[in-house]
Amino acid sequence: MITWRGFLKRFLSDPVAVGAGIVLLILVVMAALAPWIAPQNPYDLLQLNIMDSELPPSWRTGGDERYWLGTDTQGRGVFSTILYGTGISLLIGIGAVIVQGILGVSIGLWAGYRGGWVDSFLMRLADIQMSLSTLMIAIIALALFQTAFDANIYADYAIIMLIVIIGVAEWPKFARTVRSSVLGEKNKEYVDAARVIGLPARKVMWIHILPNTLTPVLVISTIQVAEAIMTEAALSFLGLGMPVDKPSLGSLIRSGFEFIFSGSWWITLYPAIVLVALVLALNLLGDWLRDTLNPKLRRGDD
Amino acid sequence: MALLDVKDLHVAFPRGKKDEVEALRGVDLTLEKGQRLGVVGESGAGKSMLAFAILNLVADPGRVTKGSVVFDGQNLLTMSDRQIRRIRGNRISMIFQDPMVTLNPVLSIGTQMIETLKAHRNISTREAHRLSVEKLNLVAIPSAESRMDAYPHELSGGLRQRVVIAIALLTDPELIIADEPTTALDVTIQAEIMSLILTLCRENDVALILITHDLGVVAEVTERLMIMYAGKCVETGRTRDIIDAPKHPYAVGLLKALPQNSTRGAKLYQIPGSMPPITNLPSGCPYHPRCERATDECRAAMPPLENGVACFHPMHEDAEAAQ
Amino acid sequence: MTDPIIETRGLEVRFPLPTHFLSREKPVLHALSGVDVQIQRGETFCVVGESGCGKTTLGRAIMGLLTPSSGEIYFRGQRIDTMDEAERKPVRADMQMVFQNPYASLNPRRNVFQTLAEPIRHLMPEKSEADVRAQVEDVLDATGCDQSWQRKLPHEFSGGQRQRIAIARALVTNPAFVVADEPISALDVSIQAQILNLLNDLQDERDLTYMFITHDLSVVEHFGDRVAVMYLGQIMELAPTDKIFDAPKHPYTQLLLDAIPKLSGGSFDAPRTPGELPDPVNPPPGCPFAPRCPIAQDICRAERPRLRPIGDSGTMAACHLAE
Repeated sequence: MITWRGFLKRFLSDPVAVGAGIVLLILVVMAALAPWIAPQNPYDLLQLNIMDSELPPSWRTGGDERYWLGTDTQGRGVFSTILYGTGISLLIGIGAVIVQGILGVSIGLWAGYRGGWVDSFLMRLADIQMSLSTLMIAIIALALFQTAFDANIYADYAIIMLIVIIGVAEWPKFARTVRSSVLGEKNKEYVDAARVIGLPARKVMWIHILPNTLTPVLVISTIQVAEAIMTEAALSFLGLGMPVDKPSLGSLIRSGFEFIFSGSWWITLYPAIVLVALVLALNLLGDWLRDTLNPKLRRGDD
Repeated sequence: MALLDVKDLHVAFPRGKKDEVEALRGVDLTLEKGQRLGVVGESGAGKSMLAFAILNLVADPGRVTKGSVVFDGQNLLTMSDRQIRRIRGNRISMIFQDPMVTLNPVLSIGTQMIETLKAHRNISTREAHRLSVEKLNLVAIPSAESRMDAYPHELSGGLRQRVVIAIALLTDPELIIADEPTTALDVTIQAEIMSLILTLCRENDVALILITHDLGVVAEVTERLMIMYAGKCVETGRTRDIIDAPKHPYAVGLLKALPQNSTRGAKLYQIPGSMPPITNLPSGCPYHPRCERATDECRAAMPPLENGVACFHPMHEDAEAAQ
Repeated sequence: MTDPIIETRGLEVRFPLPTHFLSREKPVLHALSGVDVQIQRGETFCVVGESGCGKTTLGRAIMGLLTPSSGEIYFRGQRIDTMDEAERKPVRADMQMVFQNPYASLNPRRNVFQTLAEPIRHLMPEKSEADVRAQVEDVLDATGCDQSWQRKLPHEFSGGQRQRIAIARALVTNPAFVVADEPISALDVSIQAQILNLLNDLQDERDLTYMFITHDLSVVEHFGDRVAVMYLGQIMELAPTDKIFDAPKHPYTQLLLDAIPKLSGGSFDAPRTPGELPDPVNPPPGCPFAPRCPIAQDICRAERPRLRPIGDSGTMAACHLAE
C-alpha cells in the first residue's frame, strides 16, 4: 500500500514524471480553456476569411500577426484549431477509455469471479475481439456509417461514434487485466470472510474485490488514453474520423498533409508536434505509474 | 583454529538519501569443525540476514558495513568473486526454505547434480553421475537411479527438500547453512528431514548452522544455540544449558510461552507486545519495553554480551551465586 | 450427552480436477470421504492433520464456503447445507470463522471499523448506526484492541494485531460457534501465546464453541477438549485430548506424536524412512495409511476400516488392529 503523501513524494522526485505531468497539464488546461484563450473560433464560419488561407506563421515573411502559427487552407488559425483539436482528441481518448473501462472491468470481474464456463466463454470472446485489429473494425464501422447517413448527421455524431467504436474494440485489454487480478484476489481470505457472512456475490465482487484490482486498471487507463488518441488520429488521417469542420489533431494533420509539398508545412507540423507531446506524456506517466504502484519493482524504503 | 569465525558483523540498508538502517548490529559467532549451531529468532530478528552476510550474499541495496567472516583462515568478505565461488557452494553449502530456490524447474535432477559437481570438480560426467546417485541414496530417496531423470515438479515437497540436501552434500562441504529448511513441510516430513540432516552431519563431521524459529527443532538437532533479537545476539551457549536454564529474559519468555512447557488447561505464559521493527528501535536494550526485569540501566544502554548473555539482570545468576 | 451444536453425517467433498474440455477422463479429488463429527456446546474441538488431509475442507464445508458432494450438516439440529441464503442468514450470525493468514484475511482497502461493521450491517439490518458503533467498540475492548485502531488500515498493524482484529470481526455478531483455521501458525512464537490466551479467555467470557484446525499437536495438547486426527479426508482417531497424548490408538497418531520435536531432544537421532501421502485422486482401496503403516497387514490393504470405539475410554479409531 502506498499513501498519498508517499505517492506525491515519489512523483516529485522523478524528473521524467514531473516533466510529463507538466506537459500534460498544460495541454489539458489549454484545451479546456480553448473558447476563452483561442484568438479565433475555428468553428464559427463567420470569423473565417478565405483570403487568410495558407498564411505562414507570424514571424515568417507574409505572416499575419493575428495568426501566430499561420492558417490552413480554409483560413483558420492553426494555433486556434490546435487548441480546439486537442480538446476533441482528449475527449475522444478519455471517452473511449471510459467505455473500455466500464465494459472491460465488468466483464473481467464477472469472468474472474464466476470462473468455469462463464470465464471460458467471455475470455474466448475477448480473444476473438483482440484478433480483430481495432483499426480494421473502426474502418469498417465508420465507412458503413458514413455511407448510411449524410455528412451533416455524420458530423454531429462522429465524436460519439468514435468513442463507442474505439471503446468497444479495446475492452479486452481491461477485461484481461481485471480478470487476472481478480483470480489473484478471489482466493484471499478476506473474500472468504465476506462470503462467510453471506454477502451476495455481486457485493463481494464490487465492494471487496474490485477496489483491490484498480491499481493495474489505473495504469492501463493512462496508456489506453494515449492509444485511443492515436487510433482516432489514424482514423482521422484516413478520412474516417472527425470531419474537417470539427477537426481533431488527426484530422488537422491530414488536412495539412496534402499541402506539405506546396510549402505549407506548418499546417501539419504543429498539430503533429502537439499529438506526439500528448501521447508521449501519457505513455511516460503510464510507465511511471506502473513502476510506482507495482510493489515488486519498488525498493522497501517506506 | 575454528572453522568459522564471525566477528562484529554489521549489515545496513539505506533509508532515504543519507540515513541507514542496521539489520545486523554486531554479531559474533565461532563454529568448530563438525559443530551444529542453531540460530533462533522471530521474523525480522536478522537471522536470515546473518546467513546471507556470512556467505557474502547480502542483496543490494544492503551491505556489510563492518566486521569479518573468517572461514578456515580466509576472510570471505574481502575475497574476489572468483575466490569466493571456490568456497560458496563447494566447501559451504546452503539449504533454503523453498527447495525451488535451489532447483531449476526446467532441468532434470540428474543434470543439475552433474553440472554442480562438474563446476567444482575436475571429473568425468560418468563419475559425476555415479556420485550423484550415491548422494541420492544417502538421503534415502527411493529408486535413486531413476529419479535422476525426474524434474523437480514431479517430486513431492519432502522429496524435493531431500534432493536439495543431496545437492548440498555433493561437494562434501565442511559447513552447511540451512535457513528454515523444514518450515514449509508437514511435521512428519520435518522429522524425516531433520533426522536426516542430523545423521549426515554426525557421520560426515559436517558443521551446521540451522536457522529456525522452532526451539524444539533446535533442541533436537544442535549442540550450540544463539538467540537473536532485533539484529543482535541476546544469548548464546550450549543448547542444552539454554533450554534447561535460560538466562536472558527473552529466552526465558520464549521457552515459557511454548505450549509444551505449560500444564494442560492452564493459561499460557505470554510475552507482552511484539518485537520492534529495526527501523524504530528503542534506546538501550531493544527488549526492555517487553521485559519485566527492565530497569533504568536497561533503558539507557545496550548491555554487552558477557558469559553468553546480553543482559544487565540475567536470570539464574542468583541461583548460581547461592550454590 | 446433550444435542451437539454442530453435526456432520457422512460428509463428502469431491473436487473435479481441471482437465482439457475434450478429455474423457474426469479425475476427482476426494477431499473428504465420509466424515461424521459431533461438536458439543462449549467445547474446543480440534482437527489435526498434515496438509492435504481435508481439515480445512471440513471447516469450510461447515461454514458454507463450499458445497458438500454428499452428506448432511446440522447446526443446533437444523440442517444447514441445503438452506437457501434467506433461511441461512439468521444462522450465519451464530457461526463465524477466523482465518490462518492475518495478512490476507483483512481487506487492505477497508479500515478496521468498516471491516468490523460489515457483518453487523449485513446480518443484523435492524441495528441502528449507534448500535453498530457500540457493538464494534465492545468487541474491540473484548479482543484487546485499542479504540483508536478503528480508522486505521490493516497495513498499519503487525501480524498479531491483525489477528486480534480478525478475531474481533468473527465475534462482532456474538456467534456461538467459531471455526478457527490455523489461527496462530502464521504468527511469531512470542505472539502465538498471546492469541491462544485471547481465544481461551473469549471462550470463557462468551460461552463459545470452537472448532480449532491445526497441524500442530503441541498446541492441541494445551488447547483442545477433544481431537480428531485426519488423514486423506478421513478421521483416523477421535478422542479426548489427554487420551490422544497418553494412549494414542491409531498408528498414524503415534507417528504424528513421534514427529513433534521435543525440547528434551533425542527423538531425531534415528533416521526415518520417507513417507508420502497417497494420491488423493486414486486413494488406495483399504486404509489410506496402510502404505506408510509399520504394522499394516493384508486386511488393511483390502478393506477400509470404520471409525469404531476402542475400549471404554471414549477413544474412537479407524484401524483394524487398534485395541
